[in-house]
Amino acid sequence: MSGSMGEGPITEAELQAYADGRLAPARRRAVDAWLAARPEEAERIADYRKLAEALRSAYDPVSAEALPSRFSRTRVRWRRYALVAGWTVFGFLIGGIAGWELRDARQILAPSPDVGVVMARRAAIAHATYSPEVRHPVEVGADQEGHLLAWLSKRLGAPLRAPKLEDMGYSLVGGRLLPGDNGPVAHFMYQTQKGTRITLYVRTEAAGSRETAFRYAEEGRVRVFYWVDRKLGYALSSGDIGKDELFKVANVVYQQLNP
Amino acid sequence: MNEAQRLVDLIPRLRRYARALVGDRATADDLVQDTLERAWAKLHLYRRGTDLRAWLFTVMHNVHVNRVRAARPTDLLEDEMPELAQRAAQSDTLLMRDLDRAIARLPAEQRSVLLLVTLEEMSYEEAARTLDVPIGTVMSRLSRAREKLRSMMLGQSTTAKLKLVK
Repeated sequence: MSGSMGEGPITEAELQAYADGRLAPARRRAVDAWLAARPEEAERIADYRKLAEALRSAYDPVSAEALPSRFSRTRVRWRRYALVAGWTVFGFLIGGIAGWELRDARQILAPSPDVGVVMARRAAIAHATYSPEVRHPVEVGADQEGHLLAWLSKRLGAPLRAPKLEDMGYSLVGGRLLPGDNGPVAHFMYQTQKGTRITLYVRTEAAGSRETAFRYAEEGRVRVFYWVDRKLGYALSSGDIGKDELFKVANVVYQQLNP
Repeated sequence: MNEAQRLVDLIPRLRRYARALVGDRATADDLVQDTLERAWAKLHLYRRGTDLRAWLFTVMHNVHVNRVRAARPTDLLEDEMPELAQRAAQSDTLLMRDLDRAIARLPAEQRSVLLLVTLEEMSYEEAARTLDVPIGTVMSRLSRAREKLRSMMLGQSTTAKLKLVK
């Protein structure tokens, strides 16, 4: 480049560090002396400094700009990522943001034309069909939970668990097998002491499915949070409770299925 | 400390770097958004206590490389860089409006190093870690980037002078 490498103990890397103001004082003085005898080199280094200043003054204003709205939207989306991808890391965040997130959730989640929408619709239909049942809400009751899980796991070809939602006020009623687009579907029902019911729809996903964040849909009066995790797709439905509460339950379900 | 908040706090710096890296605002913000989404998805791979900024810029670097690769199969090689017409030296006033274009003409690998060091003010070690290259590579790319930029912006490179002498 400039021939400076061979002319003495001052290296090109040191000149770069000098231009960046990062040399230790002793070396800096050595470079000062070296440059004093080489005006062209001194000019080159001075130009580097000017260029660095020009760069900063050209682009620093960007970091002072107000963040475009797409980033506040994105921020909400990340938090949903966080819920799914890093629950253990981010659990502490949730309480604070959940309400805010839910306010924005519809506008962000509305345009999601993926297969999950179909699952949400199927789950909503199943919920609407079975949750009003008084005498036969489930095929196998919670009193035979071991049998229920073994049976559904075998039919879906994946080890299933029924989340424990007692802390949220919901106890397992039982479950049933449903036909689905990708094969058999497991359908769990929970209810409160007052009889408020929620259902969890679990289906196997095609190989290579991506994990997704929580998504939200409404089908008629039924609200659904749905997501894909590893090989299974989940949809949690309710016709009676609000979105906020359903979201909280969905979080607990997700946590329990991903210890 | 909460990584989520720190990521959010780093957005303005990501945007500044991205703007200088790719030039136009929309593309830069697309890059930032892709980076942040990827960072969230990969946050479990971030080791606590290590440099979050370097990690995040590494994510951005990788996202950028993939985007460029997807956009055009063969990036310009350094040797194939089109020569710019030499501009007359303009006392010591830099042509600010040409800065964008000049930076865009730098080979991608040199541009990243120059921006991380001058704009982001990373140490050479941090820049090396961020780009996953040896520190010697950082230094040589920095040197080449500056000389190219200088020649484009100021028309005072040694090659230009040699040409003038002829």
